Amino acid sequence: MSRTPLDTVEHAAATPDVELPWAELGLKKDEYERVVEILGRRPTGAELAMYSVMWSEHCSYKSSKVHLRQFGEKAPESDAMLVGIGENAGVVDVGQGYAVTFKVESHNHPSYVEPYQGAATGVGGIVRDIIAMGARPVAVVDPLRFGAADHPDTKRVLPGVVAGIGGYGNCLGLPNIGGEVVFDACYQGNPLVNAGAIGVMRHEDIHLAKASGAGNKVILYGARTGGDGIGGASILASETFDDAKPSKRPAVQVGDPFQEKLLIECTLEAFAEKLVVGIQDLGAAGLSCATSELASNGSGGMRVTLDDVPLRDSTLSPEEILMSESQERMCAVVEPGKVDRFLEICEKWDVIATVIGEVTDGDRLEIYWHGGKIVDVDPRTVAHEGPVYERPYARPEWQDALQADDANKLPRPETGEQLKEQVLKLVGSPNQASKQWITQQYDHFVQGNTVLAQPEDSGMIRIDEESGLGVAIATDGNGRYAKLDPYTGAQLALAEAYRNVATTGAKPLAVSDCLNFGSPEDPAVMWQFAEAVRGLADGCQQLGTPVTGGNVSLYNQTGEAAIHPTPVVAVLGVIDDVARRTPVAFQEEGQLLYLLGDTREEFGGSAWSQVIHDHLGGLPPKVDLERERLLGEILISASRDGMIDSAHDLSDGGLVQAVVESALLGGKGARLVVPDGLDAFTFLFSESAGRAVVAVPRSEEVRFNDMCGARGLPATRIGVVDGDAVEVQGEFALPLTELREAHEATIPGLLA
Amino acid sequence: MTARIGVVTFPGSLDDRDTQRAIRVAGAEPVALWHKDKDLKQVDAVVLCGGFSYGDYLRAGAIARFSPVMDTVIDQAKAGLPVLGICNGFQILTEAHLLPGGMLGNDHLHFICRDQKLRVENADTAWTGDYTAGQEIHIPLKNMDGRYVADRRTLDELEGEGRVAFRYLDVNPNGSLNDIAGITNAAGNVVGLMPHPEHAVEPLIGTGRTDGLPFFTSILKKLVNA
Repeated sequence: MSRTPLDTVEHAAATPDVELPWAELGLKKDEYERVVEILGRRPTGAELAMYSVMWSEHCSYKSSKVHLRQFGEKAPESDAMLVGIGENAGVVDVGQGYAVTFKVESHNHPSYVEPYQGAATGVGGIVRDIIAMGARPVAVVDPLRFGAADHPDTKRVLPGVVAGIGGYGNCLGLPNIGGEVVFDACYQGNPLVNAGAIGVMRHEDIHLAKASGAGNKVILYGARTGGDGIGGASILASETFDDAKPSKRPAVQVGDPFQEKLLIECTLEAFAEKLVVGIQDLGAAGLSCATSELASNGSGGMRVTLDDVPLRDSTLSPEEILMSESQERMCAVVEPGKVDRFLEICEKWDVIATVIGEVTDGDRLEIYWHGGKIVDVDPRTVAHEGPVYERPYARPEWQDALQADDANKLPRPETGEQLKEQVLKLVGSPNQASKQWITQQYDHFVQGNTVLAQPEDSGMIRIDEESGLGVAIATDGNGRYAKLDPYTGAQLALAEAYRNVATTGAKPLAVSDCLNFGSPEDPAVMWQFAEAVRGLADGCQQLGTPVTGGNVSLYNQTGEAAIHPTPVVAVLGVIDDVARRTPVAFQEEGQLLYLLGDTREEFGGSAWSQVIHDHLGGLPPKVDLERERLLGEILISASRDGMIDSAHDLSDGGLVQAVVESALLGGKGARLVVPDGLDAFTFLFSESAGRAVVAVPRSEEVRFNDMCGARGLPATRIGVVDGDAVEVQGEFALPLTELREAHEATIPGLLA
Repeated sequence: MTARIGVVTFPGSLDDRDTQRAIRVAGAEPVALWHKDKDLKQVDAVVLCGGFSYGDYLRAGAIARFSPVMDTVIDQAKAGLPVLGICNGFQILTEAHLLPGGMLGNDHLHFICRDQKLRVENADTAWTGDYTAGQEIHIPLKNMDGRYVADRRTLDELEGEGRVAFRYLDVNPNGSLNDIAGITNAAGNVVGLMPHPEHAVEPLIGTGRTDGLPFFTSILKKLVNA
């Protein structure tokens, strides 16, 4: 159905005074004026639809761009980087001819509105980004943050999100190997549902999103286009286009993992036969994004006939077709001689595929509908030359008072009995408790290459059966630390993910991030964002791990209350032989426990301060990235040379949390002695960064100590793997059965 | 000499390549079979692997059962071709009436993925000869619709004839009647189970156990010695 008359380019030029609903579509007045200036006339309805979604915060990064540039400017030299920021996902060389692509994205807002579909389509979107690079997806991870664990709405949101991630990812056959689950009241109205994925390919199989070669065909394949998710990237679609239409359509998309599984197989088969020149998935902003990005990244222009797009709903207007975010669709550029074979493969997999246009000689993106030209734009102005804002930012007034509220001055436990009580309380608190009830709803085993999965420090996947080459991934973020100091908080997230990868024996190579913040229109939030980006970029430079891509999610805010600034950092690592991996669980009684790194009185933002005192104040732990790097090197060497049998990074909850987890996973207890110079409380609960606890076989003790000594890493013997309790000599002993009950009952008790 | 074991790929199959790997690890030759193809390529046995064939739409296994390949599998299974159905494959076998009963949604209504303890109840089938009856093993379990149900008469028959092949131990993960994890037909050539033996064939991978490997060595021995 079309309006009369059709709002063609010609019509737009002839009717300059027609009022368009730019404000309803989320554009600001000056942004609309800029569109008019670029085109030299008013835009058609279809052009307005494209500009409005592509210039949205979500697609254009207009508030964050000026800060994100640092990731490129400060990028460390890295031989591993094959494809950097700006493509669908970054690509890293992991050796032996293999390349790995990985990325983390957010699907926060949809997941609050409709938890199951919001989370499910988040998985679908990130997986299509991976396929679009030419890779077979091999694993997913899900960093999640929810409101207070005992809040009634958490019981609505969390089970839906978890079921959606499982329902989609399990059906795609992707093992879920990592992520996090964090509860904090600050996320009550704004849960963070981030999704990460990893894919593997050979170097020669890397594909890029570009349309080159005049005469090449543009093929849309996958699901039919429907009215779902229209304007999901910007705002709910306005009805002003055509008042005769049915009322508002849902802005949350609906996923069909079965269709996506077919899309994966059919795309990989087409890649294998070298049928594809360029490829782009349809995610946020749908066809508007795919056509304008393909065209602007290639050498020519593009002509598209919108009438040829297969529709689920024949009443859709051209504007809606361009804005629809229907899931499970992709767009490929294929040479004319290979089109038949491409369509044949799609048919084999029962995937609908349609030629909707072709690459042209010119430099314009032209879109036709019912014979009329409804779009005629320079695609770069849509995809890459959107507005850029230098938003004002200022350190919030309350920051000093927050930092002055020192957590180190909180009342501490004084007796062994009090220590014991607080340990039990800590390991049973929602954030520190076992997340098994959640992670057992995800398939860890599919594809038969999972070496490590949560609750290990990082997930690890074998990518070559012969050599044992593998990759590891960890995601971390701590909004409490970042609230106290966003610069340090971002670096702590990086340090923890880096450490988690090294703890399993893999060498950290590259970083992806998902930056979750409140409204960029609030100078305080913008300051948090600017500080976090600066911290992360500086940290990556120092650690030699470039940022390969990522995602920014702003407006995570209800009224005046923004979430804690929450930069989530994913670190990807490589391990030559997965047989050398180091697990968290204690393996054998009699092995010696060593604490690596320095322990200081650092309780600001700690789990202890939250669980025992419901307190957030002071300064987060200090960051020493050179120390992190040294610790990483020691952990990797020790793993490769068989000097340690288990290792666990120390982070929230401190040493006691790590030891309890290793003990429960291994079914073996530990006897600990408080080292000289430390009090029992600091020893157990401090969250100083740059630390890990390792179990060393007695036969390796001398060699291990020599290595740490020679490299200058403090290594303190703190006990032995033994018995069926966690005992701190002279203070208390807690039987594993009691610890297990406290650690494992909490989450099912709140959510099942 | 070795045996050629077919693995059927339906749209939505997930563990086809894993099952092929398990067959290779056991020393047999995996042969890829395609759901639209009636031809079984003269394989000596067939595995229907796990996944969500046709998205599990309508009912798990209900659509796959009508695939062209199943016409041949059903005919040849009745004539003695060894067939193993794992998870979704088990669901397809019950839909195809090669095995009795059926699967409902897990009683707790969640997908569940865990390292599951089982007891081998019948070591006389084509797929279980390398186990001993009563042996306790750990095999990964992962499904949404794993609750085995059958009418009382069928259950009595299965129990009476020793056709319960595997039983859940310690935890019944989905509410299956009589803790049934897997069953066999009367001839012992068709076996179905919900847990995934193909994910327990290599020491480093998954749960780190190899308790699932005997499925594939059992059938290999049987075929080679036949």
